[in-house]
Parts: sequence; structure tokens; C-alpha cells
Amino acid sequence: MTATEYKAGTNLEKIFSEGKFAVTGECGPPKSADGGVIAGKADMLKGYVDAVNITDNQTAVVRIASLPSAVTVQQHGLEAIMQMTCRDRNRLAMQADLLGAHTLGVHNVLCLTGDHMSFGNHPEAKGVHDLDAINLIQMLKDMRDEKKFQCGDEMDVAPKFYIGCAENPFGDPFEFRSIRLKKKILAGADFMQTQCIFNVPKFKKWMEEVRAEGLHQEIKIMAGLTPLKGVGGARYMKNFVPGMDVPDDIVERMAGVEKGPASHAEGKKLAVEMIKELAEVEGVAGVHIMAVEWEEAVPEIVEAAGLMPRPTVA
Amino acid sequence: MITAERKPLDEILALVGDKKKVLVAGCDTCVAICLTGGEKEAEILASELRIKAEQDGREAEIEHTAAIRQCEWEYLDMIADKVKDADIVVSMACGIGIQSMAEKFSPQLVVPAVNTNMLGMPQEHAVWLERCGACGDCVIGETAGICPVVRCSKSLMNGPCGGSHDGLCEVKTPEKEDLDCAWHLIWERLKEQGREDLMIKNRPPKKWNLSSSGGPRKMVREEAKPV
Repeated sequence: MTATEYKAGTNLEKIFSEGKFAVTGECGPPKSADGGVIAGKADMLKGYVDAVNITDNQTAVVRIASLPSAVTVQQHGLEAIMQMTCRDRNRLAMQADLLGAHTLGVHNVLCLTGDHMSFGNHPEAKGVHDLDAINLIQMLKDMRDEKKFQCGDEMDVAPKFYIGCAENPFGDPFEFRSIRLKKKILAGADFMQTQCIFNVPKFKKWMEEVRAEGLHQEIKIMAGLTPLKGVGGARYMKNFVPGMDVPDDIVERMAGVEKGPASHAEGKKLAVEMIKELAEVEGVAGVHIMAVEWEEAVPEIVEAAGLMPRPTVA
Repeated sequence: MITAERKPLDEILALVGDKKKVLVAGCDTCVAICLTGGEKEAEILASELRIKAEQDGREAEIEHTAAIRQCEWEYLDMIADKVKDADIVVSMACGIGIQSMAEKFSPQLVVPAVNTNMLGMPQEHAVWLERCGACGDCVIGETAGICPVVRCSKSLMNGPCGGSHDGLCEVKTPEKEDLDCAWHLIWERLKEQGREDLMIKNRPPKKWNLSSSGGPRKMVREEAKPV
């Protein structure tokens, strides 16, 4: 494939194009003006993941914005996937940021609805939700492929994006979940990362529906995964994080080990087992490791899962 | 119907300040039906203000009245004398009624005793649910008669987000009660109607300029104007 045939020519896109199994990570910017935190996380993950998601005010808590954080990790030699939610910006602000992202060399964008304001630290904020995630995907595609703004006006230089989206196989109504993925494909998504998978049987059932529709041939599907540090995190996610499905056997397994180094080791072991199992599922093109505030666990997990060295692409 | 909730007494007292002649004005339409601001509730608030004035040793003349509809000029005429005689009017009407009062009797001081909160449906006695956002571009013909603009916490136009679980929204009410996921309801009813194909259709970004985002709206029915 020549460079001109790529949609954006990012490392992630090239890895998928070459049929290689991709690994992405996640980096949450800090809740202060300390940009060094982002650089530190980038240094931790560099070489072990092909690209890293930069969250956009995750859980509706104010942090350093995703675009400058994405630029920071790229300056540290790690490719960014800039997350963009529909919660905090209207279509004018989003397109302005997207043009800026292109000019700053950030070309992977993950389009999300965004956690509701009520979960975060500014619950009195006005939610924007001018667009939804599907509208946002379509807007990126039209900017890239049609050289058009959302309003229809044309632009001289089109930004190049490799367009990502998320899907939650554990959300309800279950039978709509593969349809929602199809809607995102129709809107223009190139790759998809799932919500954290703990319920592997349910994920496999969902993938059956995805394959029955042939969707895995139209989009690159990355299985999302969060290594558990201990039983506390497992219980918290099970009970308090929207859209999570943490089966009891996982909670019990983590409860069976002592909190601390033992539970950390067990969490990493579980993550490695899950990666190996998920990688075997037909249609899974990569894994997305969301080790939020535990980035240092990623190298060991990727190594133990047999995913090193990461491929280099021209 | 338009629904409203009464403000806390302390907030009303702060708005009234040391004004002597106070008229509490109810409205006998929407806010009366939602048991917040009709004549009866105006009488109750007037009594509370009177008791408080007595407790504080303040001299005050506190009366109450009600208009059939505070949002229409002709009904305001019927209470004009009482309004003009007062130092301050504490209106218990919705935001439309309060503003009508303030405009008609300007510069009379008119303050609200209620917070207008929604276009709601009485679900059962003493319970109202938001049903319309007056967005100016109704989509419920394609969403099984269920409004995603106000019944989805994120006003999504293309189906439920990832936070929909067991038919419930990830967001709870301020009282921490569960909310139905509007898109789950839409999906279920569209299936009953045999119209679930409508869920596959990608809806474009909404035209929010037709809502209050486009600035204050004005509606004129030329054909209905008097000749």
C-alpha cells in the first residue's frame, strides 16, 4: 500500500493495514497543570503500545485537555489517539480542535459521547451534547473525505484522520449493540475499542452477532481490557461504573489474594490470560489496555501476553 | 403542562426584603394543577409571610390573589388594582406568567416564588415527569412517541449510549432515583410496532437553532391575526 492510499497514515492504521495485531494503551492527563505527568506516562508506555488514547476530561472531571496532551505524548515518541467527547464542546469548537489536531500532527481521533456531567467534579455544568458520537464520526469523515465542514462549507485543506469509536458490548439493549456498531461504521468509523471486558463469554456472544453481520470485516475491532489491582477496584467497577459487567467469579478470584503485591500480580496474570483468550476470538484485531493510573503494569502485561516486540511499519 | 416548584421560604423572604405591602399572586392554570402556585398555595404562602413578619416584629400588609392565567393580558386586568396597590408582587405563576405580570405592570416590582422546571406529564397523583423540551423540531414520529431530546440525559439522536443498563439510564435524578433509558423504551416500542429499522437509520445533527439556542423564539400566525 502506498502512503497516498492511507486515510491518515498513522502507525495504528498501518499496523492494521498490514494485518498485524495492534496494542493500544490509555493515558489520563492529570487534574492539574503538571504536563510532566503526561510525559512520564508516555515514557512508561513507549515501545509497548502502538498508540495511546488520551482521555478527554474522563469521568467528567477536568484535566489537561486531550489535544495538548496528545501533542505532548507524540513529542515523547508515542503516537496518540485523541479522544473527543460530545459533552463539553459544540460542533464549532470540535471542528476547530480537529483542524488544530491535524496541524499539530495528531491524526488518530476516538469519537465518544462522554460520561455525563453528574459523575464528575462539575455536576452543575451545562452539558453540550450538540452532536452525538455518531454525528461526530460522520463529521470527521466528511471533513476528511469530502473536505467539508459539518454545515456543508468546503475547506481548502482537509484534515486527515483515522477515525475511532467505542462500543459497549455489555450495554443494553444487547441486541441493539451490534446495530450501534453498524451505525458507527456507516458514519465512517475505521476502528473500534470496546468497553473494558470482564465478562468474556458475553463478549464472545456479542462477537458472534458482529460476525453474523460481517461487521468485523468493515472495522478494526479492539478488545478493551482493564487490569485489576485488587478486589476493591473490581467491586467498584461492578457496582459504580456505568456500563460495566464484572462477573462474580472475577471478583471472587481477586478477593482470594492478599491486597498488595499479591493482588497486583494476580491482576496482571488475569489480564494476560484474558488478552490471550480475546486475541483468539475471530474478528478481534487488537487489544486496548486501559490501565488507568497503573500504566507501569502495561509493559509487563504486554510482554507476558507474547505481544513483544511491537511491529515497526514504514 | 408547565410545572413549577415553590422556592424555599428563606429565598422568598430575601426577595421580599422589608417591603410592607406584599401581594402574593397565584395563577389558577398550570401551576395550580401541579399544586404549586394556585390560589390555595398563594393563600398558604401569604400566611407564612404574615407569620414570619409577626415573629420578626415587622409591620406588613400581606394579601393574596390569583389570576385565571397570569400569562394573558386580559386576566391580568382583573387583578390590576391589587397589583398597583402593592409595594411588591410575589408571583407564583410559571416564568411566563411572572414575566407577563412584570411587563404589564412595569415598573412594579415582581419577584418569583417558584422555580419553573419543565413541560411535564402527571404520571400519577403528585408526580410529574418531563416530556417535552420545546426543541422546535419534533422527532417523536420516528422514535415511537418518546422524546429523546429531554428523556435521554444526553439528548442522543442515534440510540442509547453505553451507559444503558437493564432499561435504566446511567444518570440518576438529583434525589438519586433511577431513570428509564429513553432509547431502551424507544427500541422496545419500535419493535412492538415492527419499526425497529428506524433505529438503524443515522439521524444527522439536530438543528438546535430551532430551539432556544437560536435565540428567543417568536411565533406569528398571520392567518389568525384580526383583519
